[in-house]
Formats: sequence, structure tokens, C-alpha cells
Amino acid sequence: MLNPDLVGSTFEGATCTTISAESIAAFAVALGESDTHIAPPTYAITISLEQSQAVLEGSGLDWSRVVHGDQRFAINKPLTAGMVITCNSTIESARMVAGNVIVTVRSDLIESGEVAVSSWSTLVFRA
Amino acid sequence: MSTLTVGQVLAPKTYIINRAALVTYANASGDQNPIHQNEEFAKSVGLENVIAHGMYTMGLVGQYISEIAGSSSKVKEFSARFTKPVVVPADTDVELVVSATVTEVVDGSAKLEVSATCNDVKVLGMTKAVILL
Repeated sequence: MLNPDLVGSTFEGATCTTISAESIAAFAVALGESDTHIAPPTYAITISLEQSQAVLEGSGLDWSRVVHGDQRFAINKPLTAGMVITCNSTIESARMVAGNVIVTVRSDLIESGEVAVSSWSTLVFRA
Repeated sequence: MSTLTVGQVLAPKTYIINRAALVTYANASGDQNPIHQNEEFAKSVGLENVIAHGMYTMGLVGQYISEIAGSSSKVKEFSARFTKPVVVPADTDVELVVSATVTEVVDGSAKLEVSATCNDVKVLGMTKAVILL
């Protein structure tokens, strides 16, 4: 089980990511989206999932046993090329169900001091 | 898109998922987990075959929602539960059928409840979106 003390802890992204036009276009094309200038609603996962892993590093949970349970995005400002993003991830909850550890991590993608996109990933670490 | 009304059922759209599409998505998203590309590996970890990235399936549904909204920039909230993996055998086009119902229209935005199925099996659950009108 995840150390309960870790719930509420935040991993502040040390590095900024500048969103490139190429990465948005490649993501849009992969989803069959014809508008390749605005990030598709799920694009934030390309930034947030890595941060979710970073916040859980050292938690003792086994990444080879992880399954993505559910996912939610709240988009205040659509992501576009040239935005400089800092991503902070927080462990919002952790619980044990039938031996599986279910962890929800919120990642805030911040641009110019404001949250552009929040991404909640619920990860299930199978027993 | 100001013509949506509560209870309205939106026209379904079919997306094709195959191995080549999974490679394209893996490269675009950075998720190179071999369970989404390598059949031998997928089976070695107890899966029936290669499975699609859950986020790929959700991404295709996001495309459907963006199209209804008129632009990706009009999608404000989007959530889904990964209930069943989409199994993608070699040399096979798997059809993902997406449709939606309008559940609420208020203050310039609409709530949608979305259905996503493969071979009549629901692959995403609790799939909801809020779009700007």
C-alpha cells in the first residue's frame, strides 16, 4: 500500500516544456483530427502522465502492474504551440480495493501562472 | 453549434483501429508500452493480444466531441473510465463506434454522455464531456 503520508504531496515540475507545433500536429493527425493547430482535448496526457509517474516514484508501487483506470480533463485554456508549460502533480487519493492500490493523481499544466489544463489520472496497481 | 437540445441523440461515427494506427499514436503520444505493439509481449503478460492504448480510444472519442463542438478549443471537460481493453489482432481493422446524447444545455454550454463500443461491447464507461456552444 502507498504510504498514506504521500497523499496530498505535490511534485512540482522542475522543467518547463515548450509545446511545439509539430507535437500538436502529430497528435492531432494520429487521432484523425483535421485541425492540427489546437491541441486535441486529450493532448495534455503527453505531459501529465510523465509527471504522474514522477510523483509516484519512490512510492514502492510496481509500475509493471499498473492499469489506467479512468481519466478526466478540465480545460480552461486550449493548448497551442509556443506555450511554456510547467506541470505540477499531486497525489489526491490512494485506497486499497481487493488488494489493488488505486491512486488518483491530479496534474496541473500551468502557463503564465494560470492553470491551463488539469488532468486527473486514476491508476490501478494490480495486486 | 447552438442547435443542441436536451435528449438529442447525435449521429454515430465509426473509427478504424489497427496495428499501424497504434504505432502512429505511440509515436505521437510517447507511450511506447510494448503491450500496444508487440503481440508476443502482450501475450506474455497475460493479454489476449495487442490492446489499444486506453488514451488512444479516448482520444478518438475526443475527436468526435471536438467535431460536434466545432473545434477542439470548445471542449471544456472530458472524462472516461477504461472498462474493457480494445483488442487489436494483426491485419485487422477494429471498428470503434462512437455516439452521444445531449444531457444538459445551460449557459452557453452543453453536456454530452458518450457511448464507445467495439463489436457491440462497451469499451469506455462514464464517458462525459462539456462543450461550449
